[in-house]
Amino acid sequence: MTNEKNVKLLTDMVADFVAHIGKKLPDDVIAKLEDLGSQETEALPKALYETMTKNQTLAVELNRPSCQDTGVIQFWLKCGTNFPYINELEALLKEAVVQATFAAPLRHNSVETFDEYNTKKNVGKGTPTVWWDIVPNSDQCEIYAYMAGGGCTLPGKAMVLMPGAGYEGVTDFVLDQMTSYGLNACPPLLVGVGVGTSVETAALNSKKALMRQIGSHNENANAAKMEKLLEDGINAIGLGPQGMGGKYSVMGVNIENTARHPSAIGVAVNVGCWSHRRGHIIVNADLTVTCDTHSTWKFNA
Amino acid sequence: MIEIRGDKKVLITPVSAEDLADIKIGDIVWLDGDLMTCRDVAHRRLVEYGRELPYDIKDKAIFHAGPIVRKIEGTEDDYEMVSIGPTTSMRMEKFEYEFTKLTGVRVIVGKGGMGPNTERACKEFGAIHCVFPAGCAVVAATEVEYIAEHHWDELGMPETLWCSKVKEFGPLIVSIDTQGRNLFEENKVIFNEKKEAAKRAIYPEVKFIK
Repeated sequence: MTNEKNVKLLTDMVADFVAHIGKKLPDDVIAKLEDLGSQETEALPKALYETMTKNQTLAVELNRPSCQDTGVIQFWLKCGTNFPYINELEALLKEAVVQATFAAPLRHNSVETFDEYNTKKNVGKGTPTVWWDIVPNSDQCEIYAYMAGGGCTLPGKAMVLMPGAGYEGVTDFVLDQMTSYGLNACPPLLVGVGVGTSVETAALNSKKALMRQIGSHNENANAAKMEKLLEDGINAIGLGPQGMGGKYSVMGVNIENTARHPSAIGVAVNVGCWSHRRGHIIVNADLTVTCDTHSTWKFNA
Repeated sequence: MIEIRGDKKVLITPVSAEDLADIKIGDIVWLDGDLMTCRDVAHRRLVEYGRELPYDIKDKAIFHAGPIVRKIEGTEDDYEMVSIGPTTSMRMEKFEYEFTKLTGVRVIVGKGGMGPNTERACKEFGAIHCVFPAGCAVVAATEVEYIAEHHWDELGMPETLWCSKVKEFGPLIVSIDTQGRNLFEENKVIFNEKKEAAKRAIYPEVKFIK
């Protein structure tokens, strides 16, 4: 009975957090948008940033999702093997998404493939997406929640380069994607780049890169250097807010990397739009919770 | 019809080709009147399967958007607009020439650029494509007065045709005008030049394979 109650509490907690991230951007994104917006001088980018700011204020005032596309909900878990709710976790995340769908409300964004119908609940076969990282001998669970909107999902791309292409090839791959698809994906973007051995390792790295704080750096010096080079390079293109021209293009470039086969460089890019709705909570075994992305979120069950 | 209201240029439906003749890419305009959401499946139904739209949009506006709506309590089938922002217009590009020809739509609102099919449609039929600032869905929702009708509900919330009455809906940044000029395509030429310069600056710095 107690366990049942606690599972309900955790479900309510996740549902509440998911609804919150749809209405209020994370602290680092808000700060970065203010910084970039304040540096624009031309009338059009200034007008766009003003509308964007007004929208975020209205979303909180009216308690509504700030963007209509609340995405497919994706969770990345770093779950301790001793977390008491590890068995119930995947099912309760699904339930939490259904709850948030009606409470927030969220848009219905789960279309069953091949049968091609909208489930109207935001859950379906394999949705919400859940990625597991298992942490030995821990009793905590870290949950990253992300609203993967359609617009910023479209530029996603992964491929395997021949080593001869080198990191120059990685540069081409990322920059080409910015001017073809990135400009329609609601800049200023957060760009996640994954480098690994195959398409799926690179792709997952690129998604994890989007979960990292804006302004944080890869711990490898060369990768961190490349983050800065790509950020400056993409900014120099001048996509501006909404891809309509301006001083900056991106909120940042985050690279996540894993080792590769000597014959292959797997590379992937995933972008977050200016309305980068991701959040991170750490749930303890006793279901106390801390949140380091949204100072605005307090859970009162 | 066009009205200048303070510092705003407002298009009021029905809009004619003449109303749009002097509007150029980069201009900011606003919209009063009829705006119907219309996206992927509705375009496919009309253009590919020949199914007539259940709502007349001649001289009116469409919005590439899939909103969040909420049923108004105490009504049988009335909805309020909660959150509505534009979706990527480029997905409708392959259908938009035929779509404009068949419907007589005058103002197409969405996100990001469109391509040669839409340019040709705008030029031949006297229409424009505009961008509503993406991600600003609450601003847009507060500019919707009410939802007058809704059709093709079986497609689900995002794809249903939500026929709304809007008031000073905008800002709408004109991205393709009736001359067929395309703001995004013109910008892309500049972006691509700058991109090549940026690449050349990065290459010598990333020779990590030695």
